Amino acid sequence: MSAVETASAPLPARATHGRRPSTLTALRWELRKLVSQKRTYLGLGLAALFPLIFVVFENLHQRHGHGGGLSIFSGQITASGLATPVLTLEFLSAFMLPLIASLVAGDIVAAEDGNGTLKTILTRSVDRSQVFAAKALAATLYAALAVYVSAAVATIGGVASWGFHPVITLSGTTVSAPEALLLVFASNAMYLIPMLGVVAFGLALSTATRNSAASVVGAVGFVILLYIVAAIPGLEGIQPYLLTEQFANWHGLLRTPTDWAPILHSLWVCALYAAPALIAGYLVFLRRDVAGG
Amino acid sequence: MSDPRHAPAIDEAPPVPLGEAPPVRARELVKRYKEVLAVDHIDLNVRAGDVYGFLGPNGAGKTTTLRMCLGLIVPSEGKVELFGRDPMRAGAGALEGVAGFVEAPRFYPYLTARKNLELLAALDGGDARGRIAEVLDTVELTPRAGHRVGGYSHGMRQRLGIAAALLRRPRLLLLDEPATGLDPAGMRDMRALIRRLAEEGITVLLSSHQLPEVQELCDRVAIVDRGRVVYEGALADLRRQGGAGYRLRSTDDARALAILAAQPGVEHALAGEHGLSFQAQERDVGALTLALAREGIGILALTPELATLEDLFFRLTEGDGAIPAEQGLQREKVAS
Repeated sequence: MSAVETASAPLPARATHGRRPSTLTALRWELRKLVSQKRTYLGLGLAALFPLIFVVFENLHQRHGHGGGLSIFSGQITASGLATPVLTLEFLSAFMLPLIASLVAGDIVAAEDGNGTLKTILTRSVDRSQVFAAKALAATLYAALAVYVSAAVATIGGVASWGFHPVITLSGTTVSAPEALLLVFASNAMYLIPMLGVVAFGLALSTATRNSAASVVGAVGFVILLYIVAAIPGLEGIQPYLLTEQFANWHGLLRTPTDWAPILHSLWVCALYAAPALIAGYLVFLRRDVAGG
Repeated sequence: MSDPRHAPAIDEAPPVPLGEAPPVRARELVKRYKEVLAVDHIDLNVRAGDVYGFLGPNGAGKTTTLRMCLGLIVPSEGKVELFGRDPMRAGAGALEGVAGFVEAPRFYPYLTARKNLELLAALDGGDARGRIAEVLDTVELTPRAGHRVGGYSHGMRQRLGIAAALLRRPRLLLLDEPATGLDPAGMRDMRALIRRLAEEGITVLLSSHQLPEVQELCDRVAIVDRGRVVYEGALADLRRQGGAGYRLRSTDDARALAILAAQPGVEHALAGEHGLSFQAQERDVGALTLALAREGIGILALTPELATLEDLFFRLTEGDGAIPAEQGLQREKVAS
């Protein structure tokens, strides 16, 4: 900066005026930050890796003459590649996909607090509510992306291995391959409903604890805790109201006719988890002292 | 429990035109952390055009006060206004025309400097994005703008912090220890930059440990100690009131020393290699010159030697605050 005094660019002392930045602008930059971080790809890599391993394993399994399965779809693996994304969703929905969603949701506020960049963005022209909304949306979009990356890899791997053929649903009826593909897409969309609860919980922890590791572990621990609660004898009555039970809400789509009851049930149950967590996170974020960094 | 930060949306901020209200006005500002009183009823009044030094030992409450000014932390009591707007009520709207950084400026290490500025410009809105090249040029980071900030030196980050602040075309710049960690050349250049910005009409609130830097740059100061303001006002007044010293050379130093010793209001009269030195108030110096003249002693040189800011700082913040009140060293009354 040796020539500071000779720098010629004038700096008129006039405040920046004009259009205030929108929440979408803040969201766009949250996404750009995610795109620039290795951690983002770690989660997406995991989402892609597990279906890939599944497909490879099933190919080897089939070659060695093993057969059988745990569900109607495992019996159809070699009959239609479209059974693969259903099975991987079944396996990954319980723990792996919530973990991947937690990686970002639990980190998205705490990491900025720890690095001191939260104060940097909170002294610009966006309100705290806009920053929080942008972070919540970014974490949600990341969770959705992870779910669909997993589904895409499973679908491509399954179809490449076993073909694009009709699938037998949970009701025993057969649906055409294009319809099955649509059901795969819709099933993953329905699975996002309980994932919102996980994201909201991770985000609330991230805001309140200011500690990325604690938030990620806390969100995953919450899921594990609910599984433990579900397994406790005598507590069967509360099972329909546990977030983890909603991870299978999409099964209703794979029945003929479509059973909307579990999906509608999961909508309000998940709202009971997501809304308080989001509101708590939002209030903490608005009120918090930003003293880190 | 109501939270003032939630109150009106930013667009509902009272439309006080910039320039009418003072850039910074804090009243009875208090911040408590459980049992610890970090800031204890601080008043600040930064006027338009000031280069205002904010001084104090570590832990005196300077950074906490600046954080409250920027709306980063909520005051336990009192309020602060920037150009008449309360950051707790007006949110980001109160920061219009305001920029700066608290402690070290922080950026996303995995983004380049240019990307960091693009991000911040996006969050500023207006014409900020179009000014990125200009501010990079101002802090002379253009050649390194494409490098990730993670690889930047401390000095480069400080300069990037200034660039990020300038994106907002500030009328008020709050800088917390901007020269900390810089090498001598970096400090010199930072001072030059701040001086230049002040000349362009930007009001600067400068928190610093570099007392010579403050003495050189600032016209008004607040000195805080243990959370309280122990002086606020013009730096020149502080130095003048802080017990002015004088150096005297006369036609007969030996007799002059005897007169000095006997003269009311003159203290610490000493003979030295380069003449005599003593301390006195201005009015007493006048009487002294008449006394010397009556005795037929000619004055070859009588030069005032103001106390340095460093002297005054330590006298105010260590021990008993040894500057006597009768010398007029009191907190300047702040216009309400």
